[in-house]
Amino acid sequence: MKNLIGILALAVLLSSCGNSSGGGDKKSKNVSLTAAGATFPLPFYNLAIKNYSSNTGTLLTYGGVGSGGGIRSLTDKVVDFGATDAFLSDDKEAEMPAEIVHIPTCIGAVVIAYSLPGVEDLNLSNENLQDIFLGRITNWNDSKLKETNPGIELPDLAVTVVHRSDGSGTTYIFSDFMSKISSEWERVVGRGKSLKWPVGLGGKGNPGVAGTIKQTAGAIGYIGSEFAFAQKIPVAQVENSAGKYVTPSLESISAAAQGEIPVDTKVMLTCSSDPDAYPISGFTWLILYKEQAYDGRSKVQAEETLKFLSWIIEKDAQALAQQVNYAPLPEKTVAQARKILGSVVFDGQPIVQ
Amino acid sequence: MNPTKTVLVLASVVVVLITAGMMYSLTSGAIPVFKEFGLRFIVSSEWNPTEGREDYGALPFIVGTVLTSVIAIILCFPLAFSTSLFIGEYYRGTRMASITGTMVDMLAGIPSIVYGLWGFYVLRPMIVAFGWSAQGFSIFTAGVVLAIMIIPYATSITTEIIKMVSNDLKEAAYSLGATRREVIFSVIIPNARSGIFTSYILAFGRALGETMAVTMLIGNSNIVPKGIFQSGNTMASVIANQFGEADGLKLSALVAIGLLLFVITGIINGIGKLIIKKYSV
Repeated sequence: MKNLIGILALAVLLSSCGNSSGGGDKKSKNVSLTAAGATFPLPFYNLAIKNYSSNTGTLLTYGGVGSGGGIRSLTDKVVDFGATDAFLSDDKEAEMPAEIVHIPTCIGAVVIAYSLPGVEDLNLSNENLQDIFLGRITNWNDSKLKETNPGIELPDLAVTVVHRSDGSGTTYIFSDFMSKISSEWERVVGRGKSLKWPVGLGGKGNPGVAGTIKQTAGAIGYIGSEFAFAQKIPVAQVENSAGKYVTPSLESISAAAQGEIPVDTKVMLTCSSDPDAYPISGFTWLILYKEQAYDGRSKVQAEETLKFLSWIIEKDAQALAQQVNYAPLPEKTVAQARKILGSVVFDGQPIVQ
Repeated sequence: MNPTKTVLVLASVVVVLITAGMMYSLTSGAIPVFKEFGLRFIVSSEWNPTEGREDYGALPFIVGTVLTSVIAIILCFPLAFSTSLFIGEYYRGTRMASITGTMVDMLAGIPSIVYGLWGFYVLRPMIVAFGWSAQGFSIFTAGVVLAIMIIPYATSITTEIIKMVSNDLKEAAYSLGATRREVIFSVIIPNARSGIFTSYILAFGRALGETMAVTMLIGNSNIVPKGIFQSGNTMASVIANQFGEADGLKLSALVAIGLLLFVITGIINGIGKLIIKKYSV
């Protein structure tokens, strides 16, 4: 009886999918996939999913509930795959009900936005960033800032630090960078999706932080690069590992992934050794179970999941990423991601050939 | 049992079950954090969500919530009470009163986010211009917007209560030569005080739980504010902000804050009921 209801429900679902998707050649395999997680890559995933659904007829829903929510949803097995901006530590991975894999999908960055009337060009050294965000530089005419910005008229204006009030992968990437450039930051604040801030105001989400910065003369804060680029918000040049002041751009962000990447791609790209790299960059990942046969999932469901993941790392989808201001994965990383996808199995059999 | 009675009993049981269920899930969710920190969770001002150094104390949020709500109710009272007297007594039944009444009720229908936007773009720059706070994000800014938000709740109930005071009493007072002011202070207010008090308790409860507008204006600093022109955070606001990326102990801390908010609201309602019992006539 239960089976019968299940089949009926499936039939209804399939027929309704068939109706709504319309075109596309692969109508026979209409499956619906669900995913949830990070909001940082949300514009990219939305665009990618829209394109993918209209081309293949596969229904895909992505809930931007935050990386934490994505991991929870995958733990509870209510989604086909999750998304996260911070890779799961080995300890966290051990807490999952089964082995998972990380698939990088694109590279984002965190930019330093500021609001200083009359100043259009701002260089920030690592020491400047440390002192500003630890609350030691409190005025824009501080001599330390003048040193790194010769020839620029810095106003006599109080520094207002603005940070995220919600937990966020953006904060994680930023604090990871800060911990790498400043041992004092690592000791006092540390890295995390939300932090105990020594100074500053909190704004909710990128729009909240950007809005607060824009409305407050003398404000400085960090925002996701995709949001800053799309909104054309003025951003500072940041000193990288080579001592060069780098303007964040898709090229300089992509350069951050040119270095050595571990096989499982679980690495923070902050402070890349590449001399042209923008230092506050990071991968964002999709996560899924290595063994796809769980909770009575059908093989078709697993195949469709993998098909989407194999598509999102390749050229077509990566071009979409650039349209919404994310840096594409370098060829080397794509090859690594392919290999990881090849290790995903259904009942012990590899799914991608 | 007759059908009407059955429906009534069932409906009441469901409501009681929902409240009990919420109490249960909040309590069970809060257990880990109370196990870890004990009562220190309530009195500690340390809020550190960084992994490996996790330490949670709800004091900054309790203080923020109480301060914003108290500011709101203090600012709300003179405005709301005068408006109630205006609509319910002085200009009772006139066109003027009905227009004013409708306008006040409209305030209740404006979504919280719109109050937040107004506060962000209009009120906040004013606070900066007055020089009260450098950025304008403060406990006080949030309190002012909360005050405006709770005015309709306090006003409309108070108006009804004032209207309900028996005409016989008022006429008797007038016939003894009382002035209008004497009627208001010696007849209307003493007769309506428990109802008036209830309406402010309701308004206060509403201020305690308000989230979105507060988040946009309070500055979201997780510290105990040193003054009302400093930034801070409230219980509802921190839950809304941090829930998305929370897990483990942090999630438990947020649920525990929810439980505390529930308890504080309960305590205030309880105090309100006690006072009403004492002063009702």
